[in-house]
Amino acid sequence: MDRRAFLQSSLSAAALGAFGSGSASVAFAGAPAGANYRHLLVLIELKGGNDGLNTVAPYADPTYYALRPKLALARDAVVQLSDRAGLHPALAPLLPFWQDRELAVLQGVGYPAPNLSHFRSIEIWDTASASETYATEGWLTRAFAAAPVPRSFAADGVIIGNNDLGPLAGSGTRAIALSNTETFLRQARLAAPAGEAHNKAFRHILRVEADIVQAAAHLDSRHAFGVEFPPGGFGNAVRTACQVIANPSGVAVVRLSLSGFDTHGGQSGTQARLLGELARGIVAMKSALDELGRWNETLLLTYAEFGRRPRENLSAGTDHGTANVHFALGGRVAGGFYGEPPSLDRLAGDGNTGYAIDFRDVYATVLERWWGVPAQSALGGRFAAVPFVRT
Amino acid sequence: MRMSIHIVAVRLLLIAAVALLPAVAHPAASAPNAALGYDDARHLLARTGFDPTDAEVRAFGQLTREAAVAKLLRETREFALTAPPASAVDTSPLRPPRGESASAAERMAFAQQQARDGLALRAWWMQEMLVTPSPLTERMTLFWHNHFVSAQPKVRISRLMYRQNVTLRAHATGNFDTLLHAIAKDPAMLVYLDSAQNRKGAPNENFAREVMELFTLGEGHYTEQDVKEAARAFTGWSLDRETGQFAYRPRAHDSGMKTVFGKTGPFDGDAVLDLLLARPETARHVTAKLWREFVSPDPDPEQVQRIAARFRDSNYDIKAALSELLLCDAFYARANRGVLVKSPAEFVVGTLRSLELRPDQALPFAIAAAGMGQNLMSPPNVKGWPGGEAWINATTLLARKQFVDRLTRADGLTRAVAMNAARPAKADDGEMEGAAVADSTPRGSPAPGAASADGVRQQRLTRQMERGVTSLHFDSADFMTRFPGAAPDERAMWAQRLLLAVAPQLPTDPAAGSLAVVRGLMLDAAYQLK
Repeated sequence: MDRRAFLQSSLSAAALGAFGSGSASVAFAGAPAGANYRHLLVLIELKGGNDGLNTVAPYADPTYYALRPKLALARDAVVQLSDRAGLHPALAPLLPFWQDRELAVLQGVGYPAPNLSHFRSIEIWDTASASETYATEGWLTRAFAAAPVPRSFAADGVIIGNNDLGPLAGSGTRAIALSNTETFLRQARLAAPAGEAHNKAFRHILRVEADIVQAAAHLDSRHAFGVEFPPGGFGNAVRTACQVIANPSGVAVVRLSLSGFDTHGGQSGTQARLLGELARGIVAMKSALDELGRWNETLLLTYAEFGRRPRENLSAGTDHGTANVHFALGGRVAGGFYGEPPSLDRLAGDGNTGYAIDFRDVYATVLERWWGVPAQSALGGRFAAVPFVRT
Repeated sequence: MRMSIHIVAVRLLLIAAVALLPAVAHPAASAPNAALGYDDARHLLARTGFDPTDAEVRAFGQLTREAAVAKLLRETREFALTAPPASAVDTSPLRPPRGESASAAERMAFAQQQARDGLALRAWWMQEMLVTPSPLTERMTLFWHNHFVSAQPKVRISRLMYRQNVTLRAHATGNFDTLLHAIAKDPAMLVYLDSAQNRKGAPNENFAREVMELFTLGEGHYTEQDVKEAARAFTGWSLDRETGQFAYRPRAHDSGMKTVFGKTGPFDGDAVLDLLLARPETARHVTAKLWREFVSPDPDPEQVQRIAARFRDSNYDIKAALSELLLCDAFYARANRGVLVKSPAEFVVGTLRSLELRPDQALPFAIAAAGMGQNLMSPPNVKGWPGGEAWINATTLLARKQFVDRLTRADGLTRAVAMNAARPAKADDGEMEGAAVADSTPRGSPAPGAASADGVRQQRLTRQMERGVTSLHFDSADFMTRFPGAAPDERAMWAQRLLLAVAPQLPTDPAAGSLAVVRGLMLDAAYQLK
């Protein structure tokens, strides 16, 4: 172990000590002594590229109203968080989190040389790679390879409602994708992990069969929550996520997604509906996690492939943009603003904004501060954690 | 927990309680000059095509290695048997809505039309794989599709994807030099790697970089300066927006001097491709990739060197390289049996072909492959599907098993009952299996509400897949009659030798009946391997 790695792991251990959480932290060979995967990460992908400028609106900036004659949110419509920034009215259910200092607003999250293609840009986010680098493994897959999740966990990660493994792509991770725990349990009966492996490929398949059986053995679709989950697809996904989280053996990460944010035309109604679903889902999840006593052990993060262009288009919509606003919520989140609000008077040649927080800085925060695991190998470089998690 | 333990317990009980087949010890490889025999013939056919039928295996089993390989190469095709969908061969002018002047409705209508055409195109290719008399032709077309990657979500215009597929097939087992030159001017490729934006004074390096890194030399065999200079040579290669054909634009071409690999001249794109073909790394890179496709995950450096030299000396005759690969001892080595993972297309097509099932509609099976992680015409990025073990994760493995489950569940039930069982099956697993087979949002369809319409479309596709799979009537008793012997355990042994490349993970119980035998073999982990 070189000096830097030693310092890093001892720093992580120190950071973990400071968490002072009552939950078990698990040490194992090859991983830093302090890896704490009892700390749950919930990722919510806003697919299609949510319009950040109307999510947290710079309602005091005249340039905002000049760029968006049709779409700008009126000063008296937003939920004011400060004298400059206000939440989209559909996000009003999130106000209590802000008041309790459990909501961090990460402004200007992006990366250098942004790619405006949906599929390429989400691949960059999922693999934590530089704009011109192609990687096949997800950033969480690399992180878990460096600091494994305990084998006793039901799975390393569970993807809800979508079979695209995103940040968990690549082999080596125990990632399970399911839409509904009952269906998964029924399908899992087709898996049989026993038997002798003849070669490397065979061993890999048997390991995946074993992962399925392990997850099925620990997941339970019957946990009864007091909270009523909102109706609709996202509400169902939140319910499924909470059932997964309710299993006592643990998962390190759960990823949900909400689709439809690619609002090139007639944005207002669509975005209001989606953000409303998002906010109600988050509120329900918080209640369910409170019932489980896990809110203080949960970090919830939103992400998307990109934000949208500040100037509205001729179809009352917005085109593909770059940096975006994201939310972090949880019992140990240090609420407030991070990064920089978009500089609407200094747009780049293509009409997009620069970034203030590299998305890999957000990932470094998750890895180093939330889990206490090394970030550098997972992120392919050194990135500075953002202090939105209380230690 | 209860359920899985239950399953394991039942299987263990079976193991203990009944007389079992010995795990078939596949005989050692045949001698080069002798007839292949059943197991080597099966190996050759499964590795170079899709899982074969019993009759195909027996016919090839009579041939020597040389004769069998010569027959496979002789019978390759240059065009598809299946007629293309009308939209693919439409020659009316292309007018995709562009820029901010296009209305939301125009954009949405265009995206939906391309999504429909894209599905028709996938169904066409799937149908060709299901019926082709030369599976090797389709495997090589797939190989080049994953080598010279272009993907519908970026190309958008499905008839360009069709034309590229036609080009890949025409040269699939022809000449790599010709193929490389053709693909560099292929309109779908010009769009996919931004060549159309590569202009004098404003070079776009995308194609120049990938042609070196992925298509020819491989990483580490060129410099950034080579990429920059080569990009200048490719300027001026563009496409006609109306016809979708290659167009050379002299005014966009940088005719100045370029220095690539230490050679200086006023190179154009073709000259740079010739420089790439002159490098020995190109033949090695492609040969090693062919080795991983056909022989094993770990190329033998000496053999690759030898075959690459032969490939280059033949002026890049692809059949010459294939012949060497398929005749080398490593191809037949016991240690290399069952070491490769079937791709989803191989899994789906091989299952139907070896069980001799001919569906009326091919689209459900293209959707099924997409649900297992291989959406034809849409590799994830320019590097293509990573393949191998990456094909198998918890989701894709369950999708494969569920495919087998649906296929073998219908036996003995009436079709109507089976279809009913499949329908409520689960709009939700469905949503996952069909995921991302249609090329619309969030990949460029700009209309409001398109995403939720997408969700509906995906669910509809998934139900189509479920119905398509469930409606195939697999008659296991009839299937078993094609094997020699009267005793169930003898026939079960032949079924195992036909369906599996290596001994199963769990032993087969012939007493459980023909359906259980076939189902057990196909649900076995060994069935994922070739």
